[in-house]
Amino acid sequence: MNNSPTATQLAPTESLPVVTMISGPVLKICPASALSMNELVEVGKERLLGEVISLDHDVATVQVFENTSGIRPGTKVQGLGLPLYVELGPGLIGTIFDGVQRPLQYLQHQWGDFIQRGKIGHPLDRERVWTFSPLLSAGDQVTAGSILGEVAESSIVTHRVLIPPGKEGKLELIVPAGKYTLDDVIANVKTPDGTIHGLKLFHRWPVRKTRPYAKRLIPAEPLITGQRVIDTFFPLVKGGTAAIPGGFGTGKTITQHQLTKWTDADIIVYIGCGERGNEMTGVLVDLPQLLDPRSQHPLIERTILIANTSDMPVAAREASIYTGITIAEYYRDMGYDVALMADSTSRWAEALREISGRLEEMPAEEGFPAYLASRLAAFYERAGQVETLSNKKGSVTLIGAVSPPGGDFSEPVTMHTKRFVQCFWALDKEMASARYFPAINYLQSYSGYSRKVEPWWSEQVASGWLELTEKAMQILQEDAKLQNTVKLLGEEALPDDQKRIIEGAKLLKNDFLQQSAFDAVDTYASPQKQFLLLDIILYFFDRLAEIVAVRIPLFRALELPVVVEIHRLKFTQKGDESAPFLAIRQQIDQEIETLLQQHHENSF
Amino acid sequence: MKNPDHITGPAGPILEYIGLERINGPLLVVQGVKGAGFDEQVEIVTPDDKIRLGRVLSISEDVAVIEVFEGTTGLNQLTARVRFLGHPFEIAVSREELLGRVFDGLGTPLDGGPTFSEGSPRDVNGLPINPVARAYPEEFIQTGISAIDGMNTLVRGQKLPIFSGSGLSHNDLAAQIVRQARLLADDEGFAVIFAAMGVRHDEAEGFRQSFEESGVLKNVAMFLNLADDPAVERLITPRIALTAAEYLAFEQGMHVLVILTDMTNYCEALREVATSKGEIPSRKGYPGYLYSDLASLYERAGRLQNRPGSVTQIPILTMPDDDITHPIPDLTGYITEGQIVLDRTLARKAIYPPINVLPSLSRLMSDGIGPGRTREDHQNIANQLYAAYAKARQIERLASIIGEEDISATDKLYLSFAKAFEQQFLKQNDDENRTINETLDLAWQLVALLPEHELTRLKPKEIKTYGTKKGSASEDAID
Repeated sequence: MNNSPTATQLAPTESLPVVTMISGPVLKICPASALSMNELVEVGKERLLGEVISLDHDVATVQVFENTSGIRPGTKVQGLGLPLYVELGPGLIGTIFDGVQRPLQYLQHQWGDFIQRGKIGHPLDRERVWTFSPLLSAGDQVTAGSILGEVAESSIVTHRVLIPPGKEGKLELIVPAGKYTLDDVIANVKTPDGTIHGLKLFHRWPVRKTRPYAKRLIPAEPLITGQRVIDTFFPLVKGGTAAIPGGFGTGKTITQHQLTKWTDADIIVYIGCGERGNEMTGVLVDLPQLLDPRSQHPLIERTILIANTSDMPVAAREASIYTGITIAEYYRDMGYDVALMADSTSRWAEALREISGRLEEMPAEEGFPAYLASRLAAFYERAGQVETLSNKKGSVTLIGAVSPPGGDFSEPVTMHTKRFVQCFWALDKEMASARYFPAINYLQSYSGYSRKVEPWWSEQVASGWLELTEKAMQILQEDAKLQNTVKLLGEEALPDDQKRIIEGAKLLKNDFLQQSAFDAVDTYASPQKQFLLLDIILYFFDRLAEIVAVRIPLFRALELPVVVEIHRLKFTQKGDESAPFLAIRQQIDQEIETLLQQHHENSF
Repeated sequence: MKNPDHITGPAGPILEYIGLERINGPLLVVQGVKGAGFDEQVEIVTPDDKIRLGRVLSISEDVAVIEVFEGTTGLNQLTARVRFLGHPFEIAVSREELLGRVFDGLGTPLDGGPTFSEGSPRDVNGLPINPVARAYPEEFIQTGISAIDGMNTLVRGQKLPIFSGSGLSHNDLAAQIVRQARLLADDEGFAVIFAAMGVRHDEAEGFRQSFEESGVLKNVAMFLNLADDPAVERLITPRIALTAAEYLAFEQGMHVLVILTDMTNYCEALREVATSKGEIPSRKGYPGYLYSDLASLYERAGRLQNRPGSVTQIPILTMPDDDITHPIPDLTGYITEGQIVLDRTLARKAIYPPINVLPSLSRLMSDGIGPGRTREDHQNIANQLYAAYAKARQIERLASIIGEEDISATDKLYLSFAKAFEQQFLKQNDDENRTINETLDLAWQLVALLPEHELTRLKPKEIKTYGTKKGSASEDAID
């Protein structure tokens, strides 16, 4: 701002700051000496929520989380004295919030079907009564992260009430088991400096600040997603990071939804960041109906939704990612494995770009601000498996969708994301066009965790898992090479031993990698099923070698009845028992033997 | 033009300023403004006492930047008067004053009828729909077009754009959808809102005639910003149209189909204003907020749980140079629930509608079809058509290299499948209205051209129930 301060603005610093300029979601306000960086402010009579994002002399720049229509220069602004925060406590599960944690169900109930601005409700319901059971007693020494007691938050989740950081000391008082609301004081802690803090079932935490933990661990336990291409070929770990890049229509959102539904995390945080309203509605409709395969309770009972759809204010979209990750860290601190899906991080990056553009900052690549990479890095670094302050193991797994313009992976958001994630699930336009789902391109994707999770698979499922997956991947790679020839000369031109590779790859692609999100059985595959299915396909592939060796035309083996049985397996078996797979294995043996026998007889 | 009398300001004095600091393309800069707000509606009074409309793009303590929808030509720095109306751009709509009418891009009647007078004024920017309040779209709309109904099903409350190229038949297709869409069966409960942005006069007239011939004109409201109308006006036209649509849907309980054409012209107007303002451009000179801006239009489609009506959008855009990765189709595809892609190669083969099903998609399809909605075999037969057609296209490429004689017998079957698919399934007359059963039965006839073991997307039970008698050609080929 080059406005020279006028006489009124030079008045004593107590005078309230006022708006001096408005451009979209960005305001400048003056005098700003009393405000601090990232402080929350309320603008005007409607009390629109905003956040200070830069301070220059006496002028503060504020991003407003709501529509700024009608705001005039001279509108009064009130600093709230605290940074953008979220409320953490029972009642988060099953709730849907906007990007700055306004509860959308409550807003609808209170203000109708459209989101009005400036209508703020408490993020967490103050009237709801919770049954609290204390785990500590008066006189105990408590540290940050100590578990004060428990609340049954949903049929799946037990909410552990934590001592917030900064409130460690001696427990002077704790209420007996009973029913309390969020406003009730449930304990008093006397800190070493002698002050007594009343603790409630919830506390507040600034979203841009990582929550503390005791130490970081090296994650090695796979996050089972029930999606074969992911678990078997590009596995993710609890506490890991993954990106799903793909142009529109390649199935990013379906993949994210599948992960939301089936991953074996304890808590799911799903952030719809700048995406479609109907998609969020779809999640809201589906989750209460689907049952968690482990607990048999509705999946909504372990899920927290954050929806800042593309038509909602852009600054709140920027904040939504942080709101989500802070909530995820909070459940991690209770000792849970949390998976966070962000759909889509590109929209978040675009929100950064939009705000940056309004601030007239010097842009780097494609108009994105120069700090895009460091912001992305900082976000993904908030993932990890940790030992919590209360000596429990907890983790936050981050799965970010990326929406590259034109499906071009060389654009800044995809490129930078690639640097900070260990798992890269590349979605492929051509595969999606052929309705090949999930359209994860197995040649472009990678996972840095395959070897780390090997011990788990060997112990929990079967030994030889890694060899099996490597062998399958080798077939797929060879097939990709052969496809170049096929494109030029046709499949018929190949000798039978090479055709066998092509056919093996076909089986892998059709009967293993392809997985229908809409089929009741196929939508989720347990690790056991994944192993058994892959094993049977590769076994058949091995036996095909015998057919080729004695020069029986390959197509005769492919017409065997057992092939149809293999095709069916993914739709019919849940993999709880290995008997049906053994039966197929016997059928393979039998039919191949017969074929060999006939051939042997005929050749005499 | 507008009569100044009918625009009454809110209670209290309207701020009026004389003289402009600067005129730059569609933008005005006024200095010394006090008490005006961001996004406020503005009237500019020209020397000959005509009124143009505009809005505040940014405002600081004394300088306001205003975009003028009707252009700045003829404005004079000294004499132009600027009035700040104290509210955002608003229109007052009522059912009687809307339907069967033709308006210009700012909502002024072109048909000699009355201007909007009843009803309370509404902010044309609308408000975001609370995702909690939305009802998930799942009611099948039969368009009578096989490529859409069978493979890219449209549902009520969806936003499904047509990605086209210059000279392709997107207008005919959109008009045919309007004529045939089953959602129009109930005479009282439907409306069509047609918003034209920078389209040629004959295109707009073509739509009007088509509406008239099919007898739906009394249920249509047209908002026309034609090619020779001011470009910046295009920024407000779709917002007025959608405000009207939301009113009809959510307050009058009607099922509203909104046609927005051509979104490419809209985006170019947005770029023009952004460039005039000196903003930092992102891709191809379009502003960084193009995504958010488009979303503020497209997201105004849907259904609400507590209200009976619906807004279904069919935006039409022409892809510059047929490039689907251009920012306009690209960002549109990220917001809308799928896309119908028209293809020049198919058009050259004289196939109408030239819908290339492979890049086309309807994201809400799986929820709008199946037992009770269309037919239980719908999803799988559609998947089978996709897979087979995709494979056939690959084989076509191969055949063009090694010659059609040298490909395998099965591959030859795929080629004849592709031909039949294009000629029988895709191709249809512009007055041919196929029922969903006809479409699906046709699909089964086509897949019967392929050997059964190639039909991996179909369940054996479905083949038994719906599979037609096998084509004799395929039997021969296996042996």
